[in-house]
Amino acid sequence: MAGAQAGRAALLVLADGRFPAGGHAHSGGAEQAVRAGRIRDAHDLAEYCRGRLHTAGLTAAALAAAAAGGLDPLELDAAADARTPSPALRATARRLGRQLMRAARATWPGPELTALATALPRGAHQPVVLGLTARSAALTPEDAAYCALYEAVSGPATATVRLLGLDPFEATAVLARLAPELDEAAARATARAARAAHEGTDVLPAAAGPLLDIAAEAHAAWPVRLFAS
Amino acid sequence: MHLDHSHEGPAAVGADALRPDGRRRALRVGLGGPVGSGKTATVAALCRTLRERHSLAVVTNDIYTREDAEFLLREAVLPPERIQAVETGACPHTAIRDDISANLEAVEDLEDAVGPLDLILVESGGDNLTATFSRGLVDAQIFVIDVAGGDDIPRKGGPGVTTADLLVINKTDLAPYVGSDLGRMARDAKEQRGELPVLFTSLKGQDGVAPVADWVRARLAAWTA
Repeated sequence: MAGAQAGRAALLVLADGRFPAGGHAHSGGAEQAVRAGRIRDAHDLAEYCRGRLHTAGLTAAALAAAAAGGLDPLELDAAADARTPSPALRATARRLGRQLMRAARATWPGPELTALATALPRGAHQPVVLGLTARSAALTPEDAAYCALYEAVSGPATATVRLLGLDPFEATAVLARLAPELDEAAARATARAARAAHEGTDVLPAAAGPLLDIAAEAHAAWPVRLFAS
Repeated sequence: MHLDHSHEGPAAVGADALRPDGRRRALRVGLGGPVGSGKTATVAALCRTLRERHSLAVVTNDIYTREDAEFLLREAVLPPERIQAVETGACPHTAIRDDISANLEAVEDLEDAVGPLDLILVESGGDNLTATFSRGLVDAQIFVIDVAGGDDIPRKGGPGVTTADLLVINKTDLAPYVGSDLGRMARDAKEQRGELPVLFTSLKGQDGVAPVADWVRARLAAWTA
């Protein structure tokens, strides 16, 4: 890298909520949490996002950082499977991975992306594709971790604005207040991914929120819903 | 040597006319328009009219249910494996314009599963007058409005009415009951659209979809020429 700030603009492109990779149709579990009465206002949203940040978010961020650092994406994909107990969430992660792959190959094409798309045409886990996309865009493992963590909280926040009519300023303020925790989680995820380069993928975090998994299974069975997950 | 540009350049971009195996992909026609204007009924009628001669599939973009897909299944206009529903996260226009990932995936899955296909109809969720399809998703788009929605809709314009490759003004049989002036709608549409075509339909009538089917056939002929 040319310097500490190299790639910053590419990071903005990749982290932009309008990056066309299918995320807009997913609520990160927020639709089920709203229905169950667990998210009713901005305070609940903050707690929900905090929980997701330190569980599914941290796990995804470490996988993304490891992929950005050059670990074998197929091995990471298996590690992601092992860390995703809910079949519904595994299907969602692969679907979003496939959709991100399309956008990634249009924006930062490269042989590693092509190789993964060829090996897993139905989609690799989204965090793995995200990390490889960051790598293809000459971003760092830490950048990839940031993207994964930001997605983990921004998805539910955006969805809650639509589902509850929550004040969009309040929802965005929730994200801003989580920023220091997100910084800290990004550092942890990046450090763990660096260790995995030497010690193997088993040292990657496997934090999970059982309620997120159970709720995702329930949501997948709804006949009528606004969001795909 | 098999030339495959996808290994280096941008790959799998939606508008490419050829599939990875080198075959020409299906023509993709989008149908958009306000809620209740008759998009699903038009899709059903087109399927019944075109299915004898052409290999068809449909992608629906319901806003929050699978109702449109289930209507098409119930009416048995196509076998179930030729109909796919896409979920749109409360934003039907995003799924057909700003982030077409899920729709492109559905289109590709249909070609893989039941192809080769001649035509894929992509029906948007009922939306407002500004909803249009991305050129990365469809090759041509039909905007469907109806006379009962108000005969001032052509005059109001908006990207759908103004720029769609075909404007269909449906439910002409209702015009006398809702006081809509078809002549005024035709004049306003002409003013907004210039030379772009406008068709009036009444799907209740015998073969009411025929003019739209003819237009689609012409697009198909041009696509495969």
